[in-house]
Amino acid sequence: MDINNNGKSKISVNNFNFYYGEFQALRDITIDLPANKITSIIGPSGCGKSTFLRSFNRMNDLIPLVHTTGKIEIDKENIYKINVVELRKRVGMVFQRPNPFPKSVFENIAFGPRAHGISDKQLLNEIVEKSLRQAVLWDEVKDQINKSGLALSGGQQQRLCIARALAVKPEVILMDEPASALDPIATLKIEDLIQQLKEKYTIVIVTHNMQQAARASDFTLFFNMAEDRAGYLVESGDTVDIFTNPKEELTEQYISGRFG
Amino acid sequence: MARDIYERKIQQIKDEILLLGSMVEQAALDSVAAFKQKDLEAAKTIIEEDQAINDKRFAIENAIMILFATQQPLAHDLRLLSAMLLLSNELERMGDYAKGIANNTIRLGKADIPIPIRDIEKMADLGVSMLHRALSAFVNENMELAVRIPEEDDLVDELFNKSYRAIVNAMVANPAIIDDASFLLWIVHNLERFADRTVNICERTIFIISGELLEMDTTNDEIHHETDE
Repeated sequence: MDINNNGKSKISVNNFNFYYGEFQALRDITIDLPANKITSIIGPSGCGKSTFLRSFNRMNDLIPLVHTTGKIEIDKENIYKINVVELRKRVGMVFQRPNPFPKSVFENIAFGPRAHGISDKQLLNEIVEKSLRQAVLWDEVKDQINKSGLALSGGQQQRLCIARALAVKPEVILMDEPASALDPIATLKIEDLIQQLKEKYTIVIVTHNMQQAARASDFTLFFNMAEDRAGYLVESGDTVDIFTNPKEELTEQYISGRFG
Repeated sequence: MARDIYERKIQQIKDEILLLGSMVEQAALDSVAAFKQKDLEAAKTIIEEDQAINDKRFAIENAIMILFATQQPLAHDLRLLSAMLLLSNELERMGDYAKGIANNTIRLGKADIPIPIRDIEKMADLGVSMLHRALSAFVNENMELAVRIPEEDDLVDELFNKSYRAIVNAMVANPAIIDDASFLLWIVHNLERFADRTVNICERTIFIISGELLEMDTTNDEIHHETDE
């Protein structure tokens, strides 16, 4: 399945299969994800959305008995040929619940760059400020930069986590239901932020919130679960097309709330 | 079914559209009958009853806005509800054409204009028949019918041109009737626009079915994509 946005693809997935031991969680996924766009992945619970997302930076590698076939490439590089630390620097992740380190705002952001060898205080200051500005959090926390990250509100904590991901200069940001634990205003702030970030980054977001996918993404993948519970890609396309005139009856039923 | 109440509400709005359509059909038929029979009382009643058509249109709009706000319709539901918002407006305007015919019937009073009335009757019959079938195409999502009906608008246009020429010729032959005959021009104009609006209903029906916004250009008897304009 090709992207149809006249742009270049950032992530290419070819005949990708994913297994937890004997159980096949994803079947034969082939898709190109566009660069500098927001791709949302939607589908009913258990259809493998998060598994698919976590495959892009090999977060599933740590789970026993996991194995995969097929290929995932980032800028035409097989992700299994890239050092995993380097891969996760290039492909950052933001989780469902904000998970700041129990450290200051500054240390939360500086942690990644330090781990990648940056120790110059001035440079770290610059990275922290730039990352917080990109995450539209700087104005709210600049006077409490040494305060614990855990003292921030939920929405601020999630933007702190996004700033933390940005600090190591990733190319791709994966977001697994990044706003599901937030109130509506904080959710809209995150969605606005994502829109701003796509100029520089490729963003892939898993969401259960159909309206969020419709509002916040450019490209949409709809996954479903087969009878043997393996997830598969039903349809992909520009978000506007998927939400106004989907090609597949199954997509129609899912997005209009008739199943799932 | 996962969304019973939502589906029931959509069905209710569809039913209301059909009801509004039948009110407009009746108003059009009554207005032409009043014109033919010079029945000024009947014409007054049609004008008064137009308010019920306007009220129904707003009730439908309101019901659709509530579903937009509370149910976030998508895909086919979104196309159907947004199309019904426009259909209610088209039908209300068609009701205004019936009212326009009634108004001009009153202005004409008992005056006798020496033109053949047969073409005007034909226009009215065809326009009402087109509306009836357009509503059937809408409710059954019948693509073939929705594409075919607009072709008939050419015939309405022909009848309009013929009637227009006959009325103007009558004016030239006898300038004393110019004032009264101009009311007749308004009547045929209203009938011509009535048929045009059935074409819009067909366009929206095609949109509901296919998601494509097409303009049914009956002048050239072709279907053009809006983006070709």
